[in-house]
Amino acid sequence: MSNTLMRIGFLPLVDAALPILARELGFAEDEGLDLQLVRDITWAAVRDRLMYGQTDAAHMVAPLAIATALGCDRPAMPLAVPFVLGLNGNALTVSTALAEALMLDNTLGDPFEIGARLKLEAERRVAIGKPLRFGVVHRYSSHNYMLRYWLAGVGIQPDVDVEITVTSPPFAADALACGDVDGICVGEPWNSIAVDRGVGRIMLATAQIWRRGVEKVLAVRLDGRQADTDATERLVRALHRAAAHFVEPGNTEANAAILSRSEYLDAPRETILRATTDRIRLTQGADAIHYLDFMFQHREAANFPWRSQAMWLYSQMARWGHAEASEVGFAGAAQVFRPDIYRSALAGTDAILPGASAKVEGANSVPRGASSQTGRLILGEDQFFDRVQFDPDRAMDYLEHQRTKPMI
Amino acid sequence: MRIAIIDTSTTRAAIISDGLREAGLTDLVIIDHAAGLAAQIERAAPEVVLINLENPSRDMLEDFFAMSRALARPIAMFVDQSDAESTSAAVDAGVSAYVVDGLAKQRIKPVLDLAIRRFQAFSRLQAELAEARTALADRQAIDRAKAILMKRKGLDEPAAYALLRNHAMRSNRRIAEVAEAIVTSEALMGDMP
Repeated sequence: MSNTLMRIGFLPLVDAALPILARELGFAEDEGLDLQLVRDITWAAVRDRLMYGQTDAAHMVAPLAIATALGCDRPAMPLAVPFVLGLNGNALTVSTALAEALMLDNTLGDPFEIGARLKLEAERRVAIGKPLRFGVVHRYSSHNYMLRYWLAGVGIQPDVDVEITVTSPPFAADALACGDVDGICVGEPWNSIAVDRGVGRIMLATAQIWRRGVEKVLAVRLDGRQADTDATERLVRALHRAAAHFVEPGNTEANAAILSRSEYLDAPRETILRATTDRIRLTQGADAIHYLDFMFQHREAANFPWRSQAMWLYSQMARWGHAEASEVGFAGAAQVFRPDIYRSALAGTDAILPGASAKVEGANSVPRGASSQTGRLILGEDQFFDRVQFDPDRAMDYLEHQRTKPMI
Repeated sequence: MRIAIIDTSTTRAAIISDGLREAGLTDLVIIDHAAGLAAQIERAAPEVVLINLENPSRDMLEDFFAMSRALARPIAMFVDQSDAESTSAAVDAGVSAYVVDGLAKQRIKPVLDLAIRRFQAFSRLQAELAEARTALADRQAIDRAKAILMKRKGLDEPAAYALLRNHAMRSNRRIAEVAEAIVTSEALMGDMP
């Protein structure tokens, strides 16, 4: 029997690893899938190919999947997120000039302390009529919302005290180099490439803003064809095995070699290896520092699509006027994430299947156990940098509080 | 109806604007890719924006369009579910479009259809051009290899060509590849006896 063809759109980023490895290491083939990977350089192109049938699934920034499914600025297109491709793995990199102004040293500093210094610099720049400008990879990206969450949390009002603009990942380092932006919030390897080129300095890892922040997801088109459910479940199983393989320490060198190839990331193997092993070089030529869980791809059921993650993202979309602040909106966002497909695909495998479909986000100051249908689930430390928790049952209150809270 | 064209290929942009002009759509603005896309679009105030699907500026432009809507200048993606056929044709051809919200569909469809045809024609043209270039390069290599063989082995032209062809068949390579190898080795070792 011939394998089912499945085309997956992706951007050249380290967190596209799982579909790439699922293809290259035979996990997809074991499930009877012939995976073909389609590379683009903008999320708009990835989305269009998925929506209009040139691909069947895509590596996608989570908020874009939600915005597309809900029709935030175009007609709604039904799609589902049955699998999270990873948590975190992004960083905030500033120009060397801004790094000097902020007196950054060779450590990842405290988000509050750096924020206080950035606030002064932002005020100075507004006063001379040249406000600081940050580039994020997409309007509907976790990068945009993590950056905004941190800025607002340290008293810097996005769109007022600093400008936020969009630049696609492969161009982020260039934008920094030519002075278009003073900082970028982007995934790997693009921060490290900016550092190695000597045009930027990593200021914060997004994991410092939210310890377990949802990042890329697998988005699949829902067009009513029943056969797709089966193919989607097979894809989920293949990705699950690729994820388990990806986090095995003995496999990191070989994985990085695959990702670095010209048809995938087309980036230096060593740069990719740093990101996938949580080692970050903050400034050009410096020794890499180890930052635990910089990228988080598999443990603690990290690939499980918690509905509460989608709801937190929606809270931020609504907070910044990108989506409507309503119970209906929250419910719609929650529906895009599909823990039911994840469970049904992985029933009977070694995968840990959480018992609940939503949790309070940012609620673990220490690791603790959680209910599970199969396997033993311990959720690690998970907090937002300001220690505020997101309870999905009180999402509107959370949003209301953020929108009315006076700036520091 | 003002139409803005943004394309990483200036040739293709010219081909599209020619087509639109022939169809009587003369209010065209070609946006220069080098500087300040958003500012240029703002100044031009188009009702339709045609852009190549793989344009690296699309994420930035969509953000700009979303922001403009906040400023009461509504722009939405044209391609919607109700016209799936035309939409897939557009994506296949590599065209993407944005239009001012509320613009009548029957006015936009001919523009998009025309853009699709021009994009397709451009792709065909490029493929033909690439083919022609390869054919020309092949011809030149074969002629030079023949000349080398004629001189070195004292063969006439048909014999030199037969030698090339037989070697290509035996080694399962294209004649042009074998010719290329002969030309290269002559360049490196031609002065040797």
